[in-house]
Amino acid sequence: MTWETVIGLETHVELATRTKIFCSCTTEFGGAPNTHCCPVCMGMPGTLPVLNEKVVELAVTAGLALNCAIAPVSRFDRKNYFYPDLPKAYQISQLYLPIARDGAVDIGGGKTIRIHELHMEEDAGKLVHDPWLDQTLTDYNRCGVPLIEIVTEPDFRSAEEVIAYLEKLKETLQYLGVSDCKMQEGSLRCDVNLSVRPVGSAELGTRTEMKNLNSFKAISRAIAYEARRQIELLEEGKRVVQETRRWDENKDATYAMRSKENAQDYRYFPDPDLPGVELSGAYLEHLKASLPELAEHKRARYQADWGLPAYDTEMITSQKTLAEFFEALVALGTDPKQGANWIMGQVLGQLSAHGLEAKDMKLTPATLARLIALVKEGRLNRNTAVKVFEAVFVTDGDVDAYVKEHGLEQVSDAGLVETVVEQVLAANEKSVADLKAGKEKAFGFLVGQVMRQLKGQASPAVVNQVLRDKLG
Amino acid sequence: MELFELTALELGEKLRSGEVTREEAVEAARARIRAAQPANNAFVTVTEAPAPAAEGAASPLAGVPMAYKDNICTRGVRTTCASKILGDFTPCYDATVVERLAAAGAVSLGKLNMDEFAMGSTSETSCFGAVKNPWDLTRAAGGSSGGAAAAVAAGEVWYAIGSDTGGSIRQPAAYCSVTGMKPTYGTVSRYGLIAYASSLDQMGPIARSAADCAAVLDVMMGKDARDSTSLDVPAGGLLASLTGDLRGKKIGLPADCFGDGLDGEVRSAVLAAAEVLKARGATVEEFALPVMEYVVPAYYIIACAEASSNLSRFDGVKYGWRAEGYEDLGELYTRTRTQGFGTEVKRRILLGTFVLSSGYYDAYYKKALQTKAVIKAAFDRAFEQYDLLLTPVAPTTAPKLGESLTDPLKMYLSDIYTVSVNLAGLPALSMPCGFDSKGLPIGAQLIGPALGDAAVLNAAYGFQLDTDYHRQSPKGGDEV
Repeated sequence: MTWETVIGLETHVELATRTKIFCSCTTEFGGAPNTHCCPVCMGMPGTLPVLNEKVVELAVTAGLALNCAIAPVSRFDRKNYFYPDLPKAYQISQLYLPIARDGAVDIGGGKTIRIHELHMEEDAGKLVHDPWLDQTLTDYNRCGVPLIEIVTEPDFRSAEEVIAYLEKLKETLQYLGVSDCKMQEGSLRCDVNLSVRPVGSAELGTRTEMKNLNSFKAISRAIAYEARRQIELLEEGKRVVQETRRWDENKDATYAMRSKENAQDYRYFPDPDLPGVELSGAYLEHLKASLPELAEHKRARYQADWGLPAYDTEMITSQKTLAEFFEALVALGTDPKQGANWIMGQVLGQLSAHGLEAKDMKLTPATLARLIALVKEGRLNRNTAVKVFEAVFVTDGDVDAYVKEHGLEQVSDAGLVETVVEQVLAANEKSVADLKAGKEKAFGFLVGQVMRQLKGQASPAVVNQVLRDKLG
Repeated sequence: MELFELTALELGEKLRSGEVTREEAVEAARARIRAAQPANNAFVTVTEAPAPAAEGAASPLAGVPMAYKDNICTRGVRTTCASKILGDFTPCYDATVVERLAAAGAVSLGKLNMDEFAMGSTSETSCFGAVKNPWDLTRAAGGSSGGAAAAVAAGEVWYAIGSDTGGSIRQPAAYCSVTGMKPTYGTVSRYGLIAYASSLDQMGPIARSAADCAAVLDVMMGKDARDSTSLDVPAGGLLASLTGDLRGKKIGLPADCFGDGLDGEVRSAVLAAAEVLKARGATVEEFALPVMEYVVPAYYIIACAEASSNLSRFDGVKYGWRAEGYEDLGELYTRTRTQGFGTEVKRRILLGTFVLSSGYYDAYYKKALQTKAVIKAAFDRAFEQYDLLLTPVAPTTAPKLGESLTDPLKMYLSDIYTVSVNLAGLPALSMPCGFDSKGLPIGAQLIGPALGDAAVLNAAYGFQLDTDYHRQSPKGGDEV
């Protein structure tokens, strides 16, 4: 029998707000334990939540970009359970009226993933076990950090589709400024619901939910493992138990955490401390109008308008900052292909050499545009321009001043080139003879000698031309 | 007249004129507390008077000694909810009302006894022992703000701040012959009030008179950015608005509040109060409010559901009391909560947990919310006809200590006249309107439409211009 894997995802994304969802504590990652908290996020008696409006804005923005229907009225509900990382013993989330529903994401290859819902909620704290003292300590810094949870329909059929969706989701949310989506800091987390069924079957099999998937690699491996495990069970005539399983990165396997029979009853009910979130038509229109252009649109536009190869558009749109840099460069009159080459070669090279992220780069589009213009005008040769670029990159130095100070301007005086060519020909009679005997290699040697005399500042095209003329 | 027999406004006037100093007022109160506390157990914690507020505190109550129910957070002063589980919990923050009153020159002398987590109608479920009624120490002071009502009745403080989820200000005020007001839901910030049932809880004053209540509410009310359910409506000016003029006002008597189960002497006293209001120019008539039979079940489902969630945070992990001898996390939770909460609190947590459980939510909680909407609509319709409603506060006068806890269902049913007001979010006031043949106080309740707080206070003010029930002190006032 051949089997089909059916997967649905629940993705938690940390929103890029400065402050928490229900108080004004910072959301900054890290910090000494219990220093980013206050009576509200620590759930002290008598304290009350007040919704951060920026959270609603980012959630709606994400919902719109994922083609969801936005609820004009949504509500917060309490999810009740006891755990020491949850100081109120309930998480404020949305169950009955989530802020967005019924979306769709195109993941390429003609495949669309339907979004069941997107809702807002607060993060919990974390527990730190101290094996030395055999004590468990609580750190409430993460408590109240705003999250959205994005739940898909069971539309995936392979790990590749899951990864394509997550890449797309990550790119979209980063472009929107909704989240930085750093998996290693936990700002993008994913639970995988997986079942298998005979190919052609319309019914869904019994599913398991996998947690603790901290990288795309872990997700791929966990899907492969779990699908194989379920198929083996079914082929042996056993059944799949509906349960939550934990992925163990080191053992490359999933382990049962709790079964459905032991599932908790969260006793959800509307949070009486928070009024409904009512969104006006004007507010939604405003957010719709201010949605930034997403990467896939940019890629299509770069190809259509400027004829850039697909590879270039992928590279340039891989980070929103780079794409914006590129567009500014073109707006300053730079040839798009030239601009793209400089970004993919020199800009990315220098970022990597200096261990910088594009968003932290000081170099302005104007500086690079000027440099490219000097090359185009024949006043700098490309190799020199690369050296100038490396010199001005970190501080966004003045290109013209640097060229002038270091005397790097390209020699465009044909008379000077001619004089030097004559000197070189006179001094290298053997090479001239070799060349005339058919050894083309000698030509390159002569060009090199001329360039050396001119300290590399001559246009290679001019040197070639003068040499050919003189050699007649 | 002794200082403790004055109203808060009268004392405030003497403080302003210099006839009485702040220190004299505080010492008079402390002497009363020393004398009364062993008998009535109204206080949980007695504190030193704070340093005087900044010069020029504008409130007419500046310098007047008062106290807070012990479920209102006070920075640096333990706040116990009269529960073992909170132990010596000391908040690092003040409730918004505490901040506002302190800024207006309030002088807090401590924290007042109550039913554990405000759950009860007699202030007997406190882990610090029952509050006793200053009018008869063998009887309950009412609840859950029993300490607040008893302390004001016994002249230990001139006013107190209580909380009211289903009658917890009004009913003890009635049992102790003082005036208590639950304002419109959302007009007083709940920030810092340890929640029992968030959608019903509201803080308010207990004092000697309606005018005192108005003066306190002028300070307490107003939008608070820390409470999302607080209303952005104009606040203040209540005291200045009091005239006692009831000409042209229509007052409705819901017939369903005067039927079976109501003590005859209470009925007579409340109907006599209606006559007083009539004499001031109001018209009074009976009408049908046929939702009363649903109010108690709807109230207990909603209140217990919210309480089961609100009280989950008391788990022994972060603050308060923790049981000993646990082997793992589950035992830490179970032992702490089993031993830390009293019987009534556990009963309500279990009830609330049940009605929110998967499979029962629709049958109980959802239905109770729908009933709440029906009750609110019935009141809205009544207020199309009437400016105010007049009802008894409780079916009887104060019960003997120990009588109520043996039959919780009977105790729940005794809340029938007060809980509907919380379900509908309305303002209501309890005022002394007489005594029964045993000499026990009787209270009448005035209910207004949402945001009709001024009208409620004005009617009570008018009533108190013509009566002196509110000026009576237990046993002539010199003993407690």
